[in-house]
Amino acid sequence: MNNTQSTGLIFELSKSGRRCHRLPKCDVPNAAPIDKLIPKEHLAKVTPPLPEIGEIDLIRHFTNLSARNMSIDTNFYPLGSCTMKYNPKRHERIAGFPGFANLHPLQDDDTVQGMLEILYEMQQYLAEISGLPAVSLQPAAGAQGELTALFVAHAYFHDQGEGHRTKVLVPDSAHGTNPASAALAGFDTITIKSGANGLVDIEDLKSKLGPDTAVFMITNPNTLGLFETQIQEITELLHAQGALVYLDGANMNAILGITRPGDFGADMQHYNVHKTFTGPHGGGGPGSGPIAVRDFLAPYLSVGGVMRAGDGYRLTTEADLPKSIGRVRSFFGTIGILFRGYCYIRTLGPDGLKGVSEHAVLNANYLRALVKDTYDVPHAGPCMHEFVASARTLLRTKKVRAMDVCKRLLDYGFHAPTVYFPMVVSEALMMEPTETESKETLDAFAEALVKIAAEDPELLRTAPHTHAISRPDEVKAAKEPVLRWKS
Amino acid sequence: MRSSECGITESLIPNPKFRFPLRNLNSEFRTGFPMSEYVLNTPEDVAAMVARIGVPSVESLFANIPAHLRFQRMLDIPPALTEIELTGHMQALANKNQSASDAVCFLGGGAYDHFIPSVVDTIASRSEFYTAYTPYQAEASQGTLQVIYEYQTLMAQLTGMDVANASLYEGGSAVAEAVLMALGITGRTGEVLIAESVHPEYRQILTTYVRNLKCTVRTLPTPEGFLNPDDVAAAVTDSTVAVIAQSPNFFGHLEEMKAIGAAAKKVGAIFIAVFDPVSLGLLSTPADHGADIAVGEGQGLGIPFGFGGPYLGILTCRNEYVRKIPGRLVGETTDRHGKRCWVLTLQTREQHIRREKATSNICTNQGLFALRAAVHLTALGPAGLKETAELCVRKAHYAAERLAELPGVKRKFDRPFFKEFTLSVPGDVPALLKKLRTQGYHAGLPTGRWYPDHADGLTVAVTEKRTKEEIDGLVGAVRLALG
Repeated sequence: MNNTQSTGLIFELSKSGRRCHRLPKCDVPNAAPIDKLIPKEHLAKVTPPLPEIGEIDLIRHFTNLSARNMSIDTNFYPLGSCTMKYNPKRHERIAGFPGFANLHPLQDDDTVQGMLEILYEMQQYLAEISGLPAVSLQPAAGAQGELTALFVAHAYFHDQGEGHRTKVLVPDSAHGTNPASAALAGFDTITIKSGANGLVDIEDLKSKLGPDTAVFMITNPNTLGLFETQIQEITELLHAQGALVYLDGANMNAILGITRPGDFGADMQHYNVHKTFTGPHGGGGPGSGPIAVRDFLAPYLSVGGVMRAGDGYRLTTEADLPKSIGRVRSFFGTIGILFRGYCYIRTLGPDGLKGVSEHAVLNANYLRALVKDTYDVPHAGPCMHEFVASARTLLRTKKVRAMDVCKRLLDYGFHAPTVYFPMVVSEALMMEPTETESKETLDAFAEALVKIAAEDPELLRTAPHTHAISRPDEVKAAKEPVLRWKS
Repeated sequence: MRSSECGITESLIPNPKFRFPLRNLNSEFRTGFPMSEYVLNTPEDVAAMVARIGVPSVESLFANIPAHLRFQRMLDIPPALTEIELTGHMQALANKNQSASDAVCFLGGGAYDHFIPSVVDTIASRSEFYTAYTPYQAEASQGTLQVIYEYQTLMAQLTGMDVANASLYEGGSAVAEAVLMALGITGRTGEVLIAESVHPEYRQILTTYVRNLKCTVRTLPTPEGFLNPDDVAAAVTDSTVAVIAQSPNFFGHLEEMKAIGAAAKKVGAIFIAVFDPVSLGLLSTPADHGADIAVGEGQGLGIPFGFGGPYLGILTCRNEYVRKIPGRLVGETTDRHGKRCWVLTLQTREQHIRREKATSNICTNQGLFALRAAVHLTALGPAGLKETAELCVRKAHYAAERLAELPGVKRKFDRPFFKEFTLSVPGDVPALLKKLRTQGYHAGLPTGRWYPDHADGLTVAVTEKRTKEEIDGLVGAVRLALG
């Protein structure tokens, strides 16, 4: 059922005089006109022209819009690199406890000891899982975690009198945030090629590595879903040059309790708590991107972390960390997501957490096995928690593109995989089933993928056919951008 | 490796001793692969799946991880809890906090105790919204896309600015992103001027963000609690990148935004206005002030305190800078049947296309919190927003007047303010606040914590939620506490 009631733009539903929130009468003496309290030149001449909506229309509008989304709670969502696992409902209820939800960020430390205990413990868990002992929970998302770690590296090298290290090396298969963060942190980026096997081309790395290298940013497992088997050789090469190794932790879901970045030579990493430890993705945020670093980098971390103080806890300040990079976000961090991550780790425990990665890897390899005779899977298995398939044969034989397959999947009731990423694989379809899906779901999804490959190409090129809209004109949207409604 | 020279490090890193008993959890003691509420594969499923893959065991799927790099013990984290146990554990921790609802809240400093209509929670708890992700597949994400488009429009209506992005992390990093925009727009490499009265954490973030870039940050002093436009006019040069002022500022005062903006524009610098969205129900807008870019913390728009996040970074600007905007943007278009719809657009600005040449490294927005803000503003409407702002003004002015009648207490600066003001109080301010807490009041923030020159300062925020009774109660408690 496609319910269109009250789904026009909220501005089009507006009618003068309607409202859905009334305020109490002013109970303090209020004889003075407002412009006696605030000089006229600071007052607006008109009130912002916001929509005027009654309560039932507001509720129907947003409720019916919500039904136009696919979501984890309604559909299998194998969006590669995004770890779209189930979001436990207990977290939502606990996050709403007034003792958490109503904590003002600038309350005195002695009034928030329960919250600080959670956050301190979370620092410890993330340190243990990464094998890197010092943690900052402040970064608001993975991209900001990368940036923060690179600020730390920059501060460290300058402090060591090694300001000549200006280069950050990034594999061509890396997330776009890696080079963008490096540039913003004041480094020049150099791209390292991937070999035919999908792994870092060590010869290329060696040829670009030098005394000016500051950091090598590596994603492991990489964006092709492959473990970099030569990771130790790579990290040793970097360390021999006095450079640091940064691990993009986007793919931690594959290795929890199985191998640790600190043990395979990474000096810094970020987590995507919203992915690995199941914060709801919120339609594109909020995220949470804490970083973990080696002990010698700890003095440069941002201020505002949690440390022990006597029997309790307190927040760190500039006085604790005179060499700190400062701060990347106001107040503590994305508490709501960190908090859910804490609940998740406590629910699963060490055995359950390792089970997460085992089942995630099992599910990915099973799905890969089901589709590999129909779609090209360019890299040898086994894969880790995700794999990249390609629709290049379909393109050659039927002029059907990866995006067409994705759009048709929507008709089958499945969200599409990540498409056209990583860029090193043509017609890429990146699939990450996660550990929270059942064998039955994977069977049904694979069956749909196999069926689609045999369907009429025209049916695919015009898909989806069962959604409210189909194939929006993106060129038009970019050419003459309309970014807001106007009356 | 190199050991730290900084003594503090030891207390920042975990105790290397195992804190939790390792109860037969080494790999060799494990039998099978644990199921949980969240893992559905039965032992039979596992056997069938392994057979289909064509490997002898789950363990063999990890063969590409060199054996010596495998973790040889179980993680040292506490044992698993059931939902009943977790709920009890978390309730006990929640009880260790004294929240803003356990006392009457006069705390501000960038996060305010505004009322949240229940419709905001109702809509934000729809899991079709909160368990979806970035709307890459437009057909499967029209709900999120339309909401973001409505959010962008609402932010433009609120601020008077031309366009808004799909949101940023929070107010502080939004200031830094605005400066990155200004660097791109002007191509200048000179100074970024920021008023000392801008939120101290925002200033700290800005310093961190641009430290390694080709510009320098200069703080313009505000000893009288506001930025003197003449000081701006004297400080700007032809190489000034941007001028940043916040109104209401950290002390609560309204700045002379128009004059500050005019001084910036005279030299072609970008004027970045930091605003409080709730104040715009009554106060003149960033557009009225001539802002080129206007950013603000959206917490006041339906977002609970939550100890500081997730919050919402609002970023708006003039049309001509739209291709320099960081983060996501949603635009209107039509589908192949000519039907109106919405898509992510102008993605060629973004990191996943431009990589190191991108305008920003931002990847996601704050989708769920943009939704909260959109529902909140819609629920309030123009009348509700205006009445909220008026109540804030009246109650804050009443509180300021009553408190300033107490012996030894006075307004620290005689400047116009909105819902927050700074008092000068006798004695030790943190000690006074502690005393007031035991009386049931989160009475305000000790201004000296951020401004050592204002150690006598007490910054008090009063929202529409505070009643006369609560304000009178605070006044009585302060009188008692001051003896």
